[in-house]
Amino acid sequence: MKLQWWKILAILLLAYTIVAGFLTDVPRLAILHESIRNLYFHVTMWFTMIIVMLISLIYGIKYLGSQKAEHDIVAEETAKTGVVFGILGLITGSVWAKFTWGAWWVNDAKLNGAAATLLVYFAYLFLRSSIEDSEKRARISAVYSIFAYSMMIVFIMILPRLTDSLHPGNGGNPGFNTYDLDNTMRIVFYPAIIGWTLLALWIAEVRVRIHKLRLKQDEK
Amino acid sequence: MKNIHKFFLFFSAIVFSSLPAFAEQEEIEMADQLRSSGKIYIVVAVLLIILIGLIIFMIQIDRKVSRLEKKNQNNS
Repeated sequence: MKLQWWKILAILLLAYTIVAGFLTDVPRLAILHESIRNLYFHVTMWFTMIIVMLISLIYGIKYLGSQKAEHDIVAEETAKTGVVFGILGLITGSVWAKFTWGAWWVNDAKLNGAAATLLVYFAYLFLRSSIEDSEKRARISAVYSIFAYSMMIVFIMILPRLTDSLHPGNGGNPGFNTYDLDNTMRIVFYPAIIGWTLLALWIAEVRVRIHKLRLKQDEK
Repeated sequence: MKNIHKFFLFFSAIVFSSLPAFAEQEEIEMADQLRSSGKIYIVVAVLLIILIGLIIFMIQIDRKVSRLEKKNQNNS
């Protein structure tokens, strides 16, 4: 089997993220110190989740138009992978918060929004598992995923920016400049996002193939 | 005269010895020593090993699924 080019790209970008992420210069900022390097690992988890969930949403909408079971399988497996990355983002954020803000969790719009987002997607998975009929399950969960994605945007992109937040990039002043993302960090940060996202898609792709095999097995 | 000379030496010794301390307060603490002594490379090496291990695992899973898919196509 020859590895597809985008899987090789994922490996290369992740290796680059680790090497460049630790060895390049970063801005010297109070409180953050070296932990600013978490940008390449914690923040990218959330970017990955948002991108993967977008793919899940697109395939959900595609299903509504096509009624093809394949589209529903892709929507389900990408959503599951996205949830894993979301959980990793939440845990790593909690560790980072403990050593910069002094607490594992603070009652902050961004943090609570992230937790609420995960709950919305847990509900998506529970909804899926609670409906026996596969066509009904696909249709209802596709409609729900439109709602889920909209809620995610509200919870982690809009609400935190309307209030004050400890988390960088919020409090009415969004954008990368607020966390002093200088150009040396950009050349690691952007490839890191692509690398982690491709890894997530790789995992999702394998899960989709296993899912299809299982369906075929059931048919026999 | 000799005493003044000694006093000047003593005074300058105090001033200069305290200068690095002031400079240190201004600086933000980073893992400079870790990096200058080369030990950050150990962390990078460890993480690369973990990444390589996980990737190999991932490739194996990928291949296993490919084999199953082939088997399935032959059967049907």
